[in-house]
Amino acid sequence: MDFTYDDEQDALRDAVRGLLTKAYGDFEQRRQTSKQDPGFSEKTWTQMAEMGLLGLPFAEDDGGVGAGPVEIAIVCHELGRVVAPEPYLHAVVLAGGLVAACGSAEQRGELLGSLAAGERLLAFAHDEPGSRWAPEATAVSATEDGGSWALTGTKEPVVQGARAETLVVSARLPDGGTGLFVVDGEACERTGYPTYDGGRAAKVVLDATAATPLGEPGRDLTASIATILDLGRIMAGNQALGAMEVALAQTTAYLKSRKQFGVPLSTFQALTFRAADMYVSLELATSVVQWATMVIETGDPVALHDAAARAGLQVSRAGRHVGQEAIQLHGGIGMTAEYAVGTYTSVLTMLEHLLGDGTHHLAALAGRVGEHEDLDPLAMT
Amino acid sequence: MQLALSAEDQKFREEMRTFFTTEVSEDIRRTVIEGRELTKEQIVESQQTLNGAGLAVPHWPTEWGGRDWSDLQRHIWNEEMQRAGVPTPLAFNASMIGPVLAQFASQEMKERFLPRTANLDIWWSQGFSEPDAGSDLASLRTTAVRDGDDWVVNGQKTWTTLGQYGDWIFTLVRTDPDVKKQAGISMLLIDMTTPGLTVRPIELIDGGHEVNEVWFDDVRVPGENLVGELNSGWTIAKFLLGNERVGVAPVGTTKRVLARAKSLAGDRAAEPLTAARIADLENDLLALELTALRVVANSTDGEPHPASSVLKLRGTELQQAVSELMVDLAGPASIASGADGSSALEEWTHHTTPTYLNLRKASIYGGSNEIQRQIIARTILGL
Repeated sequence: MDFTYDDEQDALRDAVRGLLTKAYGDFEQRRQTSKQDPGFSEKTWTQMAEMGLLGLPFAEDDGGVGAGPVEIAIVCHELGRVVAPEPYLHAVVLAGGLVAACGSAEQRGELLGSLAAGERLLAFAHDEPGSRWAPEATAVSATEDGGSWALTGTKEPVVQGARAETLVVSARLPDGGTGLFVVDGEACERTGYPTYDGGRAAKVVLDATAATPLGEPGRDLTASIATILDLGRIMAGNQALGAMEVALAQTTAYLKSRKQFGVPLSTFQALTFRAADMYVSLELATSVVQWATMVIETGDPVALHDAAARAGLQVSRAGRHVGQEAIQLHGGIGMTAEYAVGTYTSVLTMLEHLLGDGTHHLAALAGRVGEHEDLDPLAMT
Repeated sequence: MQLALSAEDQKFREEMRTFFTTEVSEDIRRTVIEGRELTKEQIVESQQTLNGAGLAVPHWPTEWGGRDWSDLQRHIWNEEMQRAGVPTPLAFNASMIGPVLAQFASQEMKERFLPRTANLDIWWSQGFSEPDAGSDLASLRTTAVRDGDDWVVNGQKTWTTLGQYGDWIFTLVRTDPDVKKQAGISMLLIDMTTPGLTVRPIELIDGGHEVNEVWFDDVRVPGENLVGELNSGWTIAKFLLGNERVGVAPVGTTKRVLARAKSLAGDRAAEPLTAARIADLENDLLALELTALRVVANSTDGEPHPASSVLKLRGTELQQAVSELMVDLAGPASIASGADGSSALEEWTHHTTPTYLNLRKASIYGGSNEIQRQIIARTILGL
């Protein structure tokens, strides 16, 4: 039982923080970066590749580093602290994670090797109009003709779908179930647009578009998608923790410096108590997300699914609380795009809705509430 | 980072679980689990069973019965005890005055009191709060004036929990009225049978008699009953209140009550809003339990983890929320608090509202939750 980083993990955190502070320590840099396409810094992405961060989760044979979930969580946490717009979660954790889990040795080597090197951006094209965080695909279907596969239907929103060289697309299989396919970005019709958090998403239309099955053709990969979505939820949670930490720090700093009625805001107990409650939300969310990160290491998909929902619910509550209060305690300045704290709230809102909001997770947990007497985190070993 | 308990801690956990579920009287554990009130005799019997096995005061110095456990082991001990429905050792003895005497008292005083305190041969009461000195404890007015070898005590204490059972009371008294209010306070131990000492019950909203007023009218206390140095009471009180906050989030108990709520609720627990409410509470309790584990797992260097201040605040809120759930699950039957054995209603429903009302105290005592927010804002956030 240990909730602290070891020396190597500390060193990784320091290195990542150093890189990202250089890139986005000044919030204005983040703002300018997100104004121009593709909404993130290609230079920072390349530097992340050089540092080995883009290959962190993948096996060394596939061109990766072979690190564990705690290391990935550290990177996500640091990205969250500066609300970095780089699509690490989407390209590395989700799309890359699926290639690593389901791809053939050849596909892994080719796709992950170039992803890790920063030469190829992957996007995970999974959400569909009308879908709500399910692992199955319905609106896009796959057909096979003499060993050649083609996809038809619309995926949206696909984060960084217009910029990515390669898409990992989920689709309904002819015999049922959901498969995964590798599609060349140029082969589909893509309409990109900015999102409120400064990111980019796209509508991707497939029209009998040529696709290569990821791994063995025709295999139902719903369970693999579900697992990677759960992993993504926990990593998004780590990213949200970083954002919440800084949003709270900015709020407390503001309460100390801003004067009204001739005195600092921190002299008003009504305000300091609300900041204290933000801290409580953050600490409780931190505990659950760190625990869930450790549950990933057990490799048990059932335990992971439960932990992801629990982390998702806690982060949803905390993210809304911390984000909303951060703006309120800042007053009008918190509403401006020039000032960082509102963007932190935007990013927290995006992270929550990317992979499942609090109500979604609570409904799932409520449905299973009769299956256990009490929860024992120490039994999950 | 490592989720699993070490093999040693795992084994420790099994040992605790076995002891608590097999060695403590089944009758006492059922009383706790079913939410009925414990008698004084049951509380004493339970603590003596624990003390006989060296499990009543593991956090004391080893010389006086402590076990030199890690913080994590103490946490496991506490959680398993609550989980099994074993009454935790009387806080006034085990968590408050015991550690104070071990730290501040003379050798003679330690020998006189500590073994009997551990074994609950003496039932201690706490005499800190006064009508005008609650959260602002330093404003207390009860005086102790030197007269020959003795102290003469006059004044009034209030909210003296279970004072009707008390043999002795540890008090904070003003021994120097002419200095800054924190500087003129001392701690005295007072035999509650001394002439001039009167205990009067305070009736509470749950209909029970749990707290009391204690009046001192020229109560003569031997000079040797002073704890530590003269006028060092404030330092001692801060030490005691620091201990009081450790383990103040009753996670094990609240988990047990919530698990019981689910089983008692039957089909009602499957109604969507009720199921969601239960799932939400379970998740919040998980967050609290994990936070408690983070605190104990990371405080090995003796410095408390900053998040420890969250535990009292959130722990008592959840304790209250689960008691509220029980009332709602009982529905109209929750009104029948005074029903006797002839009642046609399920017995558990009688206890739900008194428990809910009684637990409103949890966010007030031990430093009210507003005080906890103040601590977080000041000492953690620097506001």
